Amino acid sequence: MEPVETHGAVWRWLDRRIGLADLEYLARKKQVPLHRHTIWYYFGGMTLFLFAIQVATGILLLFYYRPSAEEAYESVQFLMAEVEFGWLIRSIHAWAANMMIFTLFVHMFSVLLLGVYRPPREITWFSGVALMGLAMGFGFTGYLLPWNELAYFATKVGTEITGAVPLVGSFLRRLLRGGDEVTGATLTRFYGIHVAVLPLLTAALVGLHLFLVQKHGMSVPPSVERGGGPLRTMPFVPNFLLRDMVGWLAALAGLAALAAFLPAELGRKADPFVSAPIGIKPEWYFMFMFQTLKYLPARILGIDGEVVGVLGFGLGGLFLLLIPVLDRRTARGEPSRLFFWIGIALIVYMLVLTYLGYTASATK
Amino acid sequence: MAYAIDDPSRRRFVNWFLGTSAGAFLLAVLYPVSRYLVPPPSGESAAGTVTLAIKPEDVKPNTGQIFKFGSRPGILVRTAAGELRAFSAVCTHLNCTVQYRPDFGQIWCACHNGHFDLNGKNVEGPPPRPLEAFAVNARGNQIVVSKGA
Repeated sequence: MEPVETHGAVWRWLDRRIGLADLEYLARKKQVPLHRHTIWYYFGGMTLFLFAIQVATGILLLFYYRPSAEEAYESVQFLMAEVEFGWLIRSIHAWAANMMIFTLFVHMFSVLLLGVYRPPREITWFSGVALMGLAMGFGFTGYLLPWNELAYFATKVGTEITGAVPLVGSFLRRLLRGGDEVTGATLTRFYGIHVAVLPLLTAALVGLHLFLVQKHGMSVPPSVERGGGPLRTMPFVPNFLLRDMVGWLAALAGLAALAAFLPAELGRKADPFVSAPIGIKPEWYFMFMFQTLKYLPARILGIDGEVVGVLGFGLGGLFLLLIPVLDRRTARGEPSRLFFWIGIALIVYMLVLTYLGYTASATK
Repeated sequence: MAYAIDDPSRRRFVNWFLGTSAGAFLLAVLYPVSRYLVPPPSGESAAGTVTLAIKPEDVKPNTGQIFKFGSRPGILVRTAAGELRAFSAVCTHLNCTVQYRPDFGQIWCACHNGHFDLNGKNVEGPPPRPLEAFAVNARGNQIVVSKGA
């Protein structure tokens, strides 16, 4: 590459030592295709931005949080009531988590419906599905940390579900709970998973995911490719990145507003010797599974209903992961109506069950 | 041959050594870590009988309340007819803690809408099994609940 005159002495000094010119070349090379589905390209970056917010606010929360059954609830109470802007940091952490799961779902379903997972991007899809699993793991483990009543019962139910896995169920449940019951041992375990294990795995997988996106470039949907004609593009730096940043700023403003007007609640402290409260609900992104478990009868073909449910969701997740291998038509670059409609059916199922979860009477 | 290292069988031997050492090393690390992650067995709650801190006359007909049975919750119910009954309060579906609903005259689980009758039998919703029943004895102004009804 030609030495660029506009760069100053510091840039040149750094370039000779760490190769800034190579990075600049990569950044300039990246182009974003422009077509009628370009809008969906924004959701991956948005999810990454929200994850960065989670890391930043999560680190701040660590300074006050105490991971034990005796102190967790009180430390969050202190954070919300006494620490300056404690309510803001915790509320942003809670809201950005929800928003991140939402943009992740939008990103995943847009990728699914546009057939982006076809060769050579199978591993990008696999890492993306794994990242969704990690995000839900973050949600599940983080939910328990304030040690309130809702979190306690949600964790009891969630960990009990692992007990329904055939053969290794009760072992897995003990491993997850750190004992036979949900106790302070479960809290410290979830804490370790939430602040160390999941962030490490996520960092590694996000690295792989981004590397692959960079390597293969942005995918053009097959329907657009088949349309033929010259494809218009936009440079990623700075044109697309600046548009990205407008979205991020809007998200940040939205988060601040949500945190200010609807701050995260704390509820009552967990007590193993009170009944589960009426109207108990999990986080919205687990709602479709929760509601399905309510509708399953006690026994299906001689098997406990919850075992059937858990196996069903496990197989569903596996199916989602393996879509690039199963969908041969899209792999050949042909339109695949079957997988398109499977994607639509999945979205409709999740929406309907979630809707019922929020509207159906608790005793019906 | 000038260099012994070019000898294929010798190279294979060295590689095998290296491979098994790496495997053994991994095993030596993973075994203690996996054992570490499994929590030690906690003594099963030995409670077979508990005396409640509630007086029989304080339990009104058609009400229920949670009590501590060892490390797990139990539920004490006085039926509309005035009889005292006690069950494990751990729902047989997914482990939530049940409650007495005077409006249905049944034991109910809020988590997934499971219903049990006053014999602990699962009568509606997803619970697959009845609640474990305990024996209740009202001795003077004490209530004693014991396992193995």
